[in-house]
Amino acid sequence: MVLTEDARAIDTRFLGFTVSPHEECAVEEAVRLVGAHGGESVVLTLGPAEAEEQLRDAMALGVDRGILLRTDGAEWDPQATARAVAAAVRAGEPFDLLLFGNESADAGNFQVAVRVAHALGLPVVTGVKGLEVADGRVTLRREAGNGWEVFDVALPAVVAVREGLNLPRFPSVPGRLRAKQKPVDTVAVAPEVGGLEMLRLMLPPSAGKRAEVLGAGPEAAPRVVEILETMGLVRR
Amino acid sequence: MILTFVEHDRGTVNELSFEALTFGRRLAERVGAEHRAVLIGDAGRPLADGLAAYGVATAHLAVDDRLDDYAPAAWGRSVAGLLRTLRPAVVVAAASDRGSEVLAHAAAMLDAPLAANVTEIADASADPAAPWTLIRQRWGGSLLEEARLDAPVKLLTLAPHAVRAEPAPEPGPVALETFAPEFDDGDLAVRVTDRVPASSGKVSLAEAKVVVGGGRGVGGPEGFVALEELAGLLGGAVGCSRVVTSNGWRPHSDQIGQTGTRIAPALYIACGISGATQHIVGCRAAKRILVINTDPEAPILSHADHAIIGDVRTVVPAITAEIRKVLAATGG
Repeated sequence: MVLTEDARAIDTRFLGFTVSPHEECAVEEAVRLVGAHGGESVVLTLGPAEAEEQLRDAMALGVDRGILLRTDGAEWDPQATARAVAAAVRAGEPFDLLLFGNESADAGNFQVAVRVAHALGLPVVTGVKGLEVADGRVTLRREAGNGWEVFDVALPAVVAVREGLNLPRFPSVPGRLRAKQKPVDTVAVAPEVGGLEMLRLMLPPSAGKRAEVLGAGPEAAPRVVEILETMGLVRR
Repeated sequence: MILTFVEHDRGTVNELSFEALTFGRRLAERVGAEHRAVLIGDAGRPLADGLAAYGVATAHLAVDDRLDDYAPAAWGRSVAGLLRTLRPAVVVAAASDRGSEVLAHAAAMLDAPLAANVTEIADASADPAAPWTLIRQRWGGSLLEEARLDAPVKLLTLAPHAVRAEPAPEPGPVALETFAPEFDDGDLAVRVTDRVPASSGKVSLAEAKVVVGGGRGVGGPEGFVALEELAGLLGGAVGCSRVVTSNGWRPHSDQIGQTGTRIAPALYIACGISGATQHIVGCRAAKRILVINTDPEAPILSHADHAIIGDVRTVVPAITAEIRKVLAATGG
């Protein structure tokens, strides 16, 4: 990773943007649920104008429409993010499920879904890797110790999901073409400053390792066994 | 006052809580404050005495039948209620699933900021009203952030293994204070209603002493047969990179990475894996890493101890054959 000169962001001039892994699964689940139960799916994000591209990615997988809470691209703290998302959801259509990624891959604040749920007065379960909807309720599973915890919650509900919930599909070419025609509602938003402010980013001290090359190809196998023996993993 | 949330599941403490307690005790010493702890549910009562080693003079125990099993919002409400009474300068919890969740609930209820996955406090003023500067993890720890946390009660979760749990040499007595938290039916809408044990008897990836991981270079799902064989000989488990699960070659439960399993084996053998940040986050805690890759410039080599430059599809079977040869020679 390379930081910008003021160390307040990653230098993204030569990088592309993607939807985070947990959120990809949230999008996939929404598409599957609408496929199985009917209804409509909406994808929402908060970010700069360029983030519309990620909304189109989600719509290419089958989401019906998008909402972009457009910022000037600056970092938003999780309280401000949650307030803006809750306000947008409240202003929108009624819904059954509000899905989030459990934590963003970059900031990893682990709290936006919970804050939005409280703002909307809805139940919330986080860390979810199994989801089944039936009869106005949702049964949720998450990993706990050496097994699973199960929760059974009335809809509407807020659910923060993890990768592993499903295997997201790849977008098809017709899907991408259709996504271009789908509506995106853009709303300009400004942050209410919260109590957590990012000052600067730092790269952690590098491990500074340099792998010892044992050899090339299958001929190096005996060297590996020597190492396994010194580690006590193979005993003569 | 520094207040540490001690996490337990029906009386079994989460080991990460001892890291949070160590962090809380040191912080209390640093700013000259008292260190207290909070436990939720009567099943936590027997844990109170053990907190003396972490400089805890008073443990607060939330007691209510409805708190006996885990209910995230009700647990969060209990912590939030205690904060209103005690007004501690800081609340620390382990950044475990539950620790993160309970503090998020408490923060939402108090409309207070919460800093997640903190590794250290860079600047802690003794004046509780002053903002603190802290360091927290982003990208699963691949990047650090210096942040300002400005709140009368500072809520934070401690990144796993940012500090080592260390009991104090001379523990004193612990006073137990029970309290009856107030919460409503809405706080009980989410509670654990059932538990399902893990199905397989396989070596768990998170706990395996040896992990053999495969990436794109393995070539396809059938390529993992050779990795299974090697892992089997070493009593280890097979894992994979995110590319492999996205392609459907292996189930997500095998994925090593930021959004998969974090492993900490004595030896990690990474086969045909280039080493995206997402993967490095998941295998960084391995004591030793051996890489097998055709590309001597692959990023994973700068995180590895040993490397073989070559094709996984010929190198792995050669290693397996060599181990079998050694074992056969000794009748092992």
